[in-house]
Amino acid sequence: MAPILDINKLYKNYGATEILKDINISIEPGDFLVLVGPSGCGKSTLLNCIAGLEEITGGTLSIGGNDMTHVSPKDRDIAMVFQSYALYPTMTVAKNITFGMKVRGVDQATQDAKLKEVAQLLQIEPLLNRRPSQLSGGQRQRVAMGRALVRDPKLFLFDEPLSNLDAKLRVEMRTEIKKLHQTLDASIVYVTHDQIEAMTLATKIVVLKGGVVQQIGTPAEIYNNPANLFVADFMGSPAMNLIPAQAHKNGAGTQIAIARDSGETLVLNDARDLALPKDVILGLRPEDIAEAGFRAGDGVQEAECLVDMVEPAGADTYVVSELGGKQVTARLHAETSAQAGKMLNLAFDMSKVSYFAQETGERLN
Amino acid sequence: MTDLSMPQSQTEPRSQSAVGKVALRWLLYVLLGLFALYYLMPLFVMLTTSLKSLEEIRTGSLISLPREVSFDAWKTAWSGACTGIQCEGLRPYFWNSVLIAVPAVAISTLLGALNGYVVAHWRFKGANIIFSLMLFGCFIPFQVVLLPMARLLGMMGIAGTIPGLIFVHVIYGLGFTTLFFRNYYVTIPSELTKAARVDGAGFLRIFWSIFLPLSLPIIVVTVIWQFTQIWNDFLFGVSFSQAGTQPVTVALNNIVNSTTGVKEYNVDMAAAIIAGLPTLLVYVVAGKYFIRGLTAGSVKG
Amino acid sequence: MSEWLENHLPKVVLAPSFIAVLIFVYGFIGWTAWVSLTRSKLLPKYEIKGFIQYERLFDSPRWDTAINNLYIFGALFIVIAMVLGLLLAILLDQKIRVEGAIRTIYLYPMALSMIVTGTAWKWILNPGLGIESMVQGWGFTNFEFDWLVNPDYAIYTIVMAAIWQSSGFVMALFLAGLRSVDGEIIKAAQVDGIPTWRIYTAIIIPSMAPIFLSAFIVLAHLAIKSFDLVIALTGGGPGYATDLPATYMYAMAFSRGDIGQAASSAMIMMLVVFAIVVPYLYSELRAKND
Ligand SMILES: Nc1ncnc2c1ncn2[C@@H]1O[C@H](COP(=O)(O)OP(=O)(O)O)[C@@H](O)[C@H]1O
Ligand SMILES: [Mg+2]
Repeated sequence: MAPILDINKLYKNYGATEILKDINISIEPGDFLVLVGPSGCGKSTLLNCIAGLEEITGGTLSIGGNDMTHVSPKDRDIAMVFQSYALYPTMTVAKNITFGMKVRGVDQATQDAKLKEVAQLLQIEPLLNRRPSQLSGGQRQRVAMGRALVRDPKLFLFDEPLSNLDAKLRVEMRTEIKKLHQTLDASIVYVTHDQIEAMTLATKIVVLKGGVVQQIGTPAEIYNNPANLFVADFMGSPAMNLIPAQAHKNGAGTQIAIARDSGETLVLNDARDLALPKDVILGLRPEDIAEAGFRAGDGVQEAECLVDMVEPAGADTYVVSELGGKQVTARLHAETSAQAGKMLNLAFDMSKVSYFAQETGERLN
Repeated sequence: MTDLSMPQSQTEPRSQSAVGKVALRWLLYVLLGLFALYYLMPLFVMLTTSLKSLEEIRTGSLISLPREVSFDAWKTAWSGACTGIQCEGLRPYFWNSVLIAVPAVAISTLLGALNGYVVAHWRFKGANIIFSLMLFGCFIPFQVVLLPMARLLGMMGIAGTIPGLIFVHVIYGLGFTTLFFRNYYVTIPSELTKAARVDGAGFLRIFWSIFLPLSLPIIVVTVIWQFTQIWNDFLFGVSFSQAGTQPVTVALNNIVNSTTGVKEYNVDMAAAIIAGLPTLLVYVVAGKYFIRGLTAGSVKG
Repeated sequence: MSEWLENHLPKVVLAPSFIAVLIFVYGFIGWTAWVSLTRSKLLPKYEIKGFIQYERLFDSPRWDTAINNLYIFGALFIVIAMVLGLLLAILLDQKIRVEGAIRTIYLYPMALSMIVTGTAWKWILNPGLGIESMVQGWGFTNFEFDWLVNPDYAIYTIVMAAIWQSSGFVMALFLAGLRSVDGEIIKAAQVDGIPTWRIYTAIIIPSMAPIFLSAFIVLAHLAIKSFDLVIALTGGGPGYATDLPATYMYAMAFSRGDIGQAASSAMIMMLVVFAIVVPYLYSELRAKND
């Protein structure tokens, strides 16, 4: 099947500043693509380029197999939901939803039928005669979704649609959007700066930084095999531990030495046969460091560490220890007996370790 | 230092400070009242003078109330006073002003709205420079365009005509009307335009369906501003009009300075009030919308 | 075709206004500048002769009077209107019960034409029948108040009328400024026990510097362009004792038939306005773009 969206060598400049550089993305029908990255990295700009709201400086872009590089937004068969919802303030909810159809000359009966269908789906029937100013944040969000859904487009574009909601509502709507995606089998490009949103919603994630794509992959790939230090640090909460270390070949495996302020060097063995330079950054997620005895497996190695801090977080307890000059977080079970200032035997799952080059930050294994 | 003054003021005898406060309050209101008198006095004098007979004006005091109220001066001012050789009163000139102001206000407001919409939401290369050039144009002293404009109107064949004056007022009102609308429209989020474009609406459709319905406050501001400017204009009126097409301000000045016959101060005052009435009414009726509109944002929620 | 139109409609819409401004503002300024360098008299000539019109202008005693008057009028008008406006704004800022009505009264002169204002004050200041005769009627038979017809003092009557007309507007500007000062700072100062007048002089007024600047620009601009008020109040007289650059320019252009002088005096007016307004606008635009 042809990709629903195909972006090829896209560049975007504002005047002399390059905002987007050499973007290549392609998604299949039914994909839920999430563009994630820190604020100001060019996510909205990319989405606007896909929508045709911004002229692109270089490259090509096709939607549903048709070249859309210079086509105006109204002819791209897309619908878009905005961060501020962008509801037309002087129109009622119903008018907001049907405005697009009205502009396109859809007959009244179809408009009414579609409106009814969407209103039912989103449970906003009682709101249809209200104005946007009379709605709560969550209701506005739904109306904005309704305006997009009613169009039944090839591609949905969402620009941080949940970032103006409070935390609880955000989680609810997240679930709802996921459900909608599944029921409608829609193709979606979704922008967010929230990596949890990205992980929970996406079938495919694009990590963007400074207008450059850092990595494209499924949530699992991005999480488990981050392509570089930026992705490793950005995705996941609490963030991946990134520890300067020294690697030596040791028979078939690799010996990893980590300096410690508090005592002797920590030496761990990675059974994998890796070609690593001497100086590396070792990346290990907090959940891959456990209390000794609570983690089993081939790669697990235990070592005594000095506990600097204990942070109970309900379901888990986080323990912080200094390794290689970094505050390293381990995610322990809630009933742990760890105490600040005491030594604790920690289990490191070395089979999960990512290695990064110290200078370039690129992944090494 | 400052820490000490708090307890000090609290330990002051209560009654004394309360008396001081009341006295201060009284003083405040007296002052405000005096200033109000100062601003109202000329209007009061104009009104009373216009209702007096010439005889009473000569013998009475400036600020005394008329002994006998007479509307003769008003009648003369409206339909009989001499603006030169003609003695038709202000009436024809009042209508000239209406005929000039209404189309000029309408056209310059509409153009300002469209320009402001483009400058705020359809930026293209050079839009900023164009806007700056238009903005600087608001502040030129009109003397600097008087001579070439007089020649141009002559060349276009509309010198001394009402369409000529409409044209002039539209041209030199554009800067301000554009500025008003632009400043209002930049407060409308650009996502609204984007949403409408994705919905399939074009430039004019978005203006008509989304921006215009939001624009009432700024239309009020612009219309009041333009109407006041154009109605009160004297420089263009006196420079670019001829005997039959003068606006009311020019006619008023001619009545006051006409040298034929006895000086009728009561007629002068009645004429001045008539000439000032439309803008005064607009101000009293709609002035608060003017202030509100100038300060209001556009989109709530 | 329609695709092209749809894409270029914004430019098409802005173009007429832009072209109009280019021609009727900048083109006309250019025309006036050009003519000011010629020997144009009754009709414009286009042969550049250098700065003779400007030399004539600065040799002319009448222009000299006009410039002097502009200094006197401008300085007094701006200073008094600002002081009065600020005073009124502070008085009105004391949680006055009928603030709306009082504000309307202070502000209404702004809605009137300068010709109306001039006519009214001309009557009030009329030596035979106005204030003078009124005070004499109260028994002060020696009271004299003939400024309107006194060449040395007539310019001050213009100041009086102009202040009456515009000070309310300055008050409104300052009142908005006072109200926009961060309430928490004032509360903090009150908690610190700082007396009210000190709060005004030390905190509120200094933070209103931009408003002072705006008020100054608006008033200076009004002063330089003042024309109608002079015409209505004194007609520039007695003699040409109350001429301002604007009335000088008008007299040269339309009654003396001296286009060269009219053009050069208009250019000087424009330069003065631009010297005041351009830096202000420039900094405003810069600040907005940041
Ligand atoms: N119209 C514009 N002109 C110039 N620079 C812009 C414009 N819009 C956005 N930018 C810049 O482009 C960068 C990316 O912006 P954006 O796509 O909005 O970021 P994000 O959505 O990822 O937070 C920012 O640095 C921003 O300042
Ligand atoms: Mg964004």
